[in-house]
Amino acid sequence: MDLNTKFTPKSWPDHPETATMEAKNKFVGFWLFLGGETILFATLFATYLALRNSVPSGNDFSTQTLFELPLVFVMTMLLLTSSLTSVYAMYHMKNYNFKAMQVWLAITGFLGLGFLGFEVYEFHHYISLGFTYGNSAFSSAFYTLVGTHGLHVAIGLVWLSLLILRNARRGLNLYNATKYYTFSLYWHFIDVVWVFIFTVVYLMGVVG
Amino acid sequence: MTTAANTVAQKKGFGATLWDWLTTVDHKKIGILYLIGGGFFFVLGGIEALMIRLQLLVPNNDFVSAGFFNELITMHGTTMIFLAAMPLLFGFMNAIVPLQIGARDVAFPFINSLGFWMFFFGGLFLNLSWFIDAAPDAGWTSYASLSLASTGHGIDFYAIGLQIAGGGTLMAGINFLVTIINMRAPGMTYMRMPLFTWTTFVASALILFAFPPLTVGLFFLTFDRMFGGNFFDVDYGGNTIIWEHIFWIFGHPEVYILVLPSFGIFSEIFTIFSRKRLFGYSAMVFATVLIGFLGFMVWAHHMFTVGLGPTANAIFAVATMAIAVPTGVKIFNWLLTMWGGSIRVTTPMLYALGFIPSFVMGGVTGVQQGAAPLDYQLHDSYFIVAHFHYVIVGGVVLAILAATHLYWPKMFGTMLSEKLGKVTFWFFFIGFHMTFFLQHFLGLMGMPRRVWTYNADQGWDLFNMISSAGALLMAIGVIVMVINIIMTTAKNERVGNDPWEDGRTLEWAIPSPPPFYNFAQTPLVRGLDTYWIEKQDGNKKGYIPAEPLSDIHMPHGSFIPFVMSLGLFIAGFGAMFRVEHSWGLPVLIAGLVLTFLSMSLRSVKDDLGFYVTKEEILRTERGSK
Repeated sequence: MDLNTKFTPKSWPDHPETATMEAKNKFVGFWLFLGGETILFATLFATYLALRNSVPSGNDFSTQTLFELPLVFVMTMLLLTSSLTSVYAMYHMKNYNFKAMQVWLAITGFLGLGFLGFEVYEFHHYISLGFTYGNSAFSSAFYTLVGTHGLHVAIGLVWLSLLILRNARRGLNLYNATKYYTFSLYWHFIDVVWVFIFTVVYLMGVVG
Repeated sequence: MTTAANTVAQKKGFGATLWDWLTTVDHKKIGILYLIGGGFFFVLGGIEALMIRLQLLVPNNDFVSAGFFNELITMHGTTMIFLAAMPLLFGFMNAIVPLQIGARDVAFPFINSLGFWMFFFGGLFLNLSWFIDAAPDAGWTSYASLSLASTGHGIDFYAIGLQIAGGGTLMAGINFLVTIINMRAPGMTYMRMPLFTWTTFVASALILFAFPPLTVGLFFLTFDRMFGGNFFDVDYGGNTIIWEHIFWIFGHPEVYILVLPSFGIFSEIFTIFSRKRLFGYSAMVFATVLIGFLGFMVWAHHMFTVGLGPTANAIFAVATMAIAVPTGVKIFNWLLTMWGGSIRVTTPMLYALGFIPSFVMGGVTGVQQGAAPLDYQLHDSYFIVAHFHYVIVGGVVLAILAATHLYWPKMFGTMLSEKLGKVTFWFFFIGFHMTFFLQHFLGLMGMPRRVWTYNADQGWDLFNMISSAGALLMAIGVIVMVINIIMTTAKNERVGNDPWEDGRTLEWAIPSPPPFYNFAQTPLVRGLDTYWIEKQDGNKKGYIPAEPLSDIHMPHGSFIPFVMSLGLFIAGFGAMFRVEHSWGLPVLIAGLVLTFLSMSLRSVKDDLGFYVTKEEILRTERGSK
């Protein structure tokens, strides 16, 4: 594979993310990795469901007293929108429009950062109420599930920044197209996990 | 140029050789690294087993203390499963599977190397517990009620060491899956893949779905012990049964992760040395997939006595017994492969012949325990110990020893001595049955597992003594094998492409050991047992090329996998000593930073690989003829 090959929107392949052997491998490998990640989150969800009402006697924290849906709604909107903007970015990637792709990815990153900011605020707020990691089995399960998701968002942001900065000067080629594409897969996956967290942790916690 | 160093047979200095092995991404070399690493831990786990049997040789023995005995059994189990059996199988998978499917390398050579180094540093971390503080002592299952109560850092070593090694295993699993999905040579359809490739494929899928629960479980344990979590602490609303579920959701598929590749190895052996194609190939493939699927449905049979209720117990009991059906299909297919074949009883074949009755016994006791009411009687007795050693030693270890003899010429270019190989087999096989057969009866007589010592005159004395003597015979067998390896290496008599003369699959069509690019031209596959078909057609080359001879694209070596794994290793110590030492937290952070920085470096630094020129390939090919 030659990085110096210059493409035009016409000569750019329809599926640049799987245009080379290495890209095909990365593509399949990443899907499988997401399969493993699904099981990882499934285990965390199962544990959370088992422990979400488990607090020692005299401990008043519960999903009803703790969670506030407006904040979580804003977070959900931020993350869902960031998934949409990453789709726009991939649309431009497939049309070999590097600048537009970078801009949409930057927007994706800022939306993700906003989400993460709210999550840090949320955790900080709970801890200030005394709902620390070691408070109860409920708190440990809550912070581990939601925190693991937050960690995935943070890692995604570092990955995204590296991608944007590393390729800023040289544009798209068949080597980094797969990297961009797998990032967008990862970002969608994180988004889907959040949809489940929103439902299982917050909605079921407050309403159910 | 790196290419010149690889292809031209020139003497290299020690430093250059070491650097080459530390940075290699060649699947054949990584296979050898796995064999060395796994072999080392196999010997270590064996020494622990001998000490266990020495302690139980006579009643009221005090050869080791009770606490040390707990550490011995924990480390024996953990080492043998995670650090010996799995890496040794990975060694053969790495060395052989890409050759069987006609590939030049695995899909992710870099990740392959990372997987090995994470296994290695994880294993090192776990075993350093012998010298620093204390070894883990809550059993290889590390049930939370025991492991949370364990003082010292033993369990911390267990949780972090297995976390690192387990990450490596997960990567190896994904790598094999993609390799087999994407890298097959033209014509190598799924239903033409050799059985060892098929079983590797299914075992890798099991790894992908079984290891994430272990990761989560170990994180829970780590958080509970080191970071103030309360998943398993009943005082804070925690639940210790959650650990048992998570552990066995991983732990039961783990058995199949080990035994399916072993089945694959024996399938290769039966066909080669019966000079017949595998009987019921498609049924074998189906049985493999079915065992893999059912393997996820039976974890609670390890927890019958927990009290999940009669409904749950009944469902899991039935599911457990269902696994006997595909396994039975396999046993009969092996028998019918031999039926009417012209059988040669070589050392690998001897192991395969010994495997069938041994493994069937392990399977039959497994079905017995699958009956939940009977399991209440057998639970936590020596019957269980006998059962799982019949499965793991009778299935997996015999397969590993067989594969060592079968694939040694392919990996190293010289044949192990058949005579010494058979000596090893008989010592090991007789020793194995001596050790574990009587343990069934010890269990039925009421001897509980994991006991440090026992009183005299309960009818257990003689059986325990015979059992310990058997362990010694197994050790002699392994020592003979080590001598065999040393003598073979010293003699260094080179062999050709197909040293067993009846090789059927593609790995036997190319030189032993193969050149680093494996196939000068990608082969064209015309059916099951590709190489056998070509031999029947009188094709001297061994395979039909699917492409003209041209430049070959190969990946660069890299030191980054080593550094990334080292970072996690360092971070592990930081996490463990965070509470009592002020240097703990900085070391934890420094280790993680090292890992993530080197990972980022890998990400931003383009690595497009290099090309081996046509002329160089021609030179190498002439040299090896």
